[in-house]
Amino acid sequence: MTNKIRVATTSLAGCFGCHMSFLDLDERLVQLAEVVEFDRSPITDIKHCTNCDIGLIEGGVCNSENVHVLREFRKNCKILVAVGACAINGGLPALRNFIPLEECLAEAYLDGIGVENPQIPSDPELPLLLDKVYPIHEVVKIDYFLPGCPPSADVFWKFLSDLIEGRDPSLPYELVHYD
Amino acid sequence: MSKTITIDGRTIPFEEGQTIMEAATAAGIYIPHLCHHPEYTPHGSCKLCTVKVNGRVCSACTFPAMEGQDVLNDTKELRDDRRKITQMLFVEGNHLCPGCEKSGNCRLQAVAYYLNMLDNHFPHFYAKREIDASHPDVMIDHNRCIFCTLCVRASQQKDGKDVFAISGRGINKHLIVNAQSGLLKDTNLEVADEAAHICPTGAILIKRTGFQVPIGQRIYDHQEIDQVSLETEHPRHDE
Repeated sequence: MTNKIRVATTSLAGCFGCHMSFLDLDERLVQLAEVVEFDRSPITDIKHCTNCDIGLIEGGVCNSENVHVLREFRKNCKILVAVGACAINGGLPALRNFIPLEECLAEAYLDGIGVENPQIPSDPELPLLLDKVYPIHEVVKIDYFLPGCPPSADVFWKFLSDLIEGRDPSLPYELVHYD
Repeated sequence: MSKTITIDGRTIPFEEGQTIMEAATAAGIYIPHLCHHPEYTPHGSCKLCTVKVNGRVCSACTFPAMEGQDVLNDTKELRDDRRKITQMLFVEGNHLCPGCEKSGNCRLQAVAYYLNMLDNHFPHFYAKREIDASHPDVMIDHNRCIFCTLCVRASQQKDGKDVFAISGRGINKHLIVNAQSGLLKDTNLEVADEAAHICPTGAILIKRTGFQVPIGQRIYDHQEIDQVSLETEHPRHDE
């Protein structure tokens, strides 16, 4: 066992833009890797969390699988962080919250322009959609929030540096953006 | 000798008839606000300018300055209250900044930045609100209306018209326009009207101008609203 800080990341109803922004840390990732080890994450392809120090969640909660993943993260991560606009307020996927789910599905799979062989997907392997897209703090307790669409690499760097070096994380004005 | 009040321990002068907000602004002290505008009759509805006057909670934009007042403005308690109020404004409407062309120029967003609001805390309403794009030059996105009534006041007090009003109560409160059809195109609103430009959020927008200034170069991208407010909002005394 190493003494490195274990970090897990995932994207729920997100676009992986926050993960891409995280990768914008570029050469600072090498510095980060000296003190941090990645657990479950698209970066490692590990499928389930073990005990972690920090969990970074991108995206809101739009289906049953998102709920399971989010709860797994909450159970295994000491500190859980909402990353980006979608995790914080539902973001772009939440635009469907103003349209009944049945109408959304009908438009996408039955009545939409160019739809061939119209049918609502019902394979048992597909996670069921929730009635609405929810911000993650409405499903589990969240410890910190990093706003932005996406939060810049500097936001990740400032937040993780603060946390790793034992400071209370804080973002200066220049790093707080909702867009 | 002029009359004085103290704000956070600092003694500042005031003139008879000034509100606490006006006296503070004249002295270079920023009190967060959204529905207040120095050129219009105060409305006192957003409650962001809540201050403590001799221990009692008041709205600085409506409360007259009076000799002997000891005002608390920039305290942790009031900042926390103001952040909660701003969060409530965010969850009551649908304020999805990445998709809003006002982002970076929005005073609601700028106040939230100023208060270091990182999350919305409360459950979201996701209220279904409409868009009125009927007018050739101006559109209303009701998702972003915070009922500050600045457009109502600007239309009446500056434009000499009566285009906007707030109708309904509580959760049913909404902005209406002065036309039988309920559509903006059937009002006498013109693109040059002050009421079309005064919205602090992205609820009333001028068409075809949204991205003339790119995101990242907008008013509040690098400058906090306290600075901007003190530089641009000079209180107008009774002439």
